[in-house]
Amino acid sequence: MLNKNIYLILVISLVFAISFWIGFNVNLLPAEASINAPIYDELFKILFIIGLIIFIGMTIAVIYSLFKFRKRNDQIGDGIALEGNLSLEIVWTIIPSIIVLLIGLYSYNIYERMGGMKELNHNHEMMSSNPEKIWAGISQTSDNQISENNLSIEVSAMQFAFLFNYPKGNFISGELHVPVNQKVSMKMESKDVIHAFWVPEFRIKQDIIPGQPTILNFTPTKVGKYPIICAELCGPYHGGMRASIIVEEESVYKDWFNKNNKTEVNL
Amino acid sequence: MTISIDPQKAKNEGLQPKGWLRYFSFSLDHKVIGIQYLVCGFLFYLIGGTLASAIRIELLSPMSDFMPRDVYNQVLTLHGTIMIFLWIVPVVNGAFGNYLIPFYVGARDMAFPRLNAVAFWLIPPSGLMLVASYFVEGAAQAGWTAYPPLSITTPQSGQIIWIMSVLLLGGSSIFGGINFIATIIKLRRPGLKLMQLPMYCWAMLGTSILVVLSTPVLAGTLILLSFDIIANTGFFNPVLGGNVVVYQHLFWFYSHPAVYIMVLPAFGLVSEILPVHSRKPLFGYTTMVFSIMGIVVLGLVVWAHHMFTSGTPPWMRLFFTIATAFIAVPTGIKFFNWVATLWGGKISINSAMLFSCGFIINFVFGGITGVALAQVPFDIHVHDTYFVVAHFHYIVYGGTVFIIFSSIYHWFPKVTGKLLNEKLGILHFIITFIGFNLCFAPQHWLGLNGMPRRVAEYDPQFQFVNQISSLGAFFMAISTLPFLINVFLSVRNGKNSGDNPWNALTPEWLTSSPPPVENWEGEAPLVEEPYGYGKEFSEQK
Repeated sequence: MLNKNIYLILVISLVFAISFWIGFNVNLLPAEASINAPIYDELFKILFIIGLIIFIGMTIAVIYSLFKFRKRNDQIGDGIALEGNLSLEIVWTIIPSIIVLLIGLYSYNIYERMGGMKELNHNHEMMSSNPEKIWAGISQTSDNQISENNLSIEVSAMQFAFLFNYPKGNFISGELHVPVNQKVSMKMESKDVIHAFWVPEFRIKQDIIPGQPTILNFTPTKVGKYPIICAELCGPYHGGMRASIIVEEESVYKDWFNKNNKTEVNL
Repeated sequence: MTISIDPQKAKNEGLQPKGWLRYFSFSLDHKVIGIQYLVCGFLFYLIGGTLASAIRIELLSPMSDFMPRDVYNQVLTLHGTIMIFLWIVPVVNGAFGNYLIPFYVGARDMAFPRLNAVAFWLIPPSGLMLVASYFVEGAAQAGWTAYPPLSITTPQSGQIIWIMSVLLLGGSSIFGGINFIATIIKLRRPGLKLMQLPMYCWAMLGTSILVVLSTPVLAGTLILLSFDIIANTGFFNPVLGGNVVVYQHLFWFYSHPAVYIMVLPAFGLVSEILPVHSRKPLFGYTTMVFSIMGIVVLGLVVWAHHMFTSGTPPWMRLFFTIATAFIAVPTGIKFFNWVATLWGGKISINSAMLFSCGFIINFVFGGITGVALAQVPFDIHVHDTYFVVAHFHYIVYGGTVFIIFSSIYHWFPKVTGKLLNEKLGILHFIITFIGFNLCFAPQHWLGLNGMPRRVAEYDPQFQFVNQISSLGAFFMAISTLPFLINVFLSVRNGKNSGDNPWNALTPEWLTSSPPPVENWEGEAPLVEEPYGYGKEFSEQK
């Protein structure tokens, strides 16, 4: 009996060790290029490790049972008449409940760090009082309440393109240029069907809905060119509905902006 | 209260054709209707599978080059609709439910045999209508979710035929649900208590409650959508002041419970199969019953997790995160109980058992990605990507379809009196299991790294992984061959199984195989312990 317990403990620790090793060493995610991305990847890592422990554990239990308890040729009759074990069943109700609750609280924490719990209807005051927070979700707004110190951009989506309007420069671009490490606030609206704005490297996605403007805020952290992908089925050319977001150093961005600027007075 | 049909009257009412011809008749026999559901569903599975292969061929290359873009969208719409409404829902509910439930409650037929036949005969015409819509102006091309305004702006005839077809299938599903509830509650043999019923009865009771509560909402929604399309109303049309997000709420109020309509019956079926082949009682009967009912209640209040990136306010996102994640608890209990059922048994490793164990492994994987997807911050990145595609195929294919095959291997002797060939069965399992995992496991990575779902063209960096996935899909397509060969050979000259080849204790095995028209020659037996393996009276058998 003691021997059996030692084996059990050995197997469990091995499962944990393997899961932690894979969780920390196998990277399944694309590059991190926004403030959101490292926060997201932290959540991913935790969920990945917990998931691996459960999956590997259950798979071992099933395969072990199939080998260990398979019917040998000389055997007749049934297995043991075990109809249940209340204390065991209580254990495997309570432990998953605790795990699920902890994951829920943790992801609430993550969501708050991403800025997801902010009410966008009042985002003007909140953003200026707490500029660290970033918003990865949306809420409906009646008018554009984007604060002054952010780069504000109006996105309109249509079959099958994105257009980016820079109100301060009074011009429209097919490419989204943004300076690195500065918060961008986008108000998005669709001209026809539902589209979605997704930048995998930023770990953000928001549907662009006709008749209902949505807001998406983010802060890029890495210079580079990343794809903007439409993620909501929008028609025959849905797969081709892509654009680029170009994150540049402040000075490079300023040059680009001034070159396109169409307002009378240069800012 | 047992139902009794006057044999002479039954004969006049459409039981006349004998042999294979009765399967093409308006038969009132629940066993015939069950087989009609199964075979009809399987034919649509072959069509849906062909469409899936077409999708995987298109995705072999990053360009849209195998079929026109609008045809691709029609193919993915039809694939989803056929697999859900014409294969999985009718088979796990209609086919096995009709065949097994009257046996399990000790009745001679379902409560409403004529309604039962109507429910089945709604399916072939609506399915054919759906497939035929391709030849009119092109089939629907807005995905199986038919989100407006896309579904309003794409060619109308295909979308309208799609709506009518889904309405008929929904009607069929509601008729079936009412029938199952009435049969399980009212037709139980005298002396048979609810807590003595085999687990599949509980699963079907829970499923039917979901069907009856949520399918009418889908029907209403689709009728409003059809008004928007043909009568220019503005329920969901933003140009006329409609709200597209309201449609999503109404749609998912049905379509999330629909996931449980597809998996709960599979949970019931695997609970019948595992005890028989491991010669042990089902572990934790009472907790299994409560966990089914827990899933039914929770399943009705989680729909908005499909809409985390639409216009939902933060508090709503949080509520649906917690509610969704908690479904993992009753579901987890069931999986621990099944493994405990295997533990210490005398397990026969046969095709039915292998498919059931494959189901456990696949479903645990799909369940884990499901808990992850329930978390709002996690979902925002992977929503509408191949990660989601992989997740739900692990649930509905790796879960339910594996159980459908497991059940066919388990109950084939009951229906035909012949055994299926085990070698072909094990070959079928191996190809399916490898093909399935090869096809869908890499798709998780695709989704995480930037490939959205429902696209005909994609970033060339994903080509290699897509080709692996397609290779897996072709394995899955090939795996159907040994199965079909096995069924045809075994029906003609399979080994005789005898009445009870598995020495099972559930009531359907306590009559001849195949069973007589009214199920039992004499009175229905009272089975108080359907899982009494290892006890004295089962040792004697």
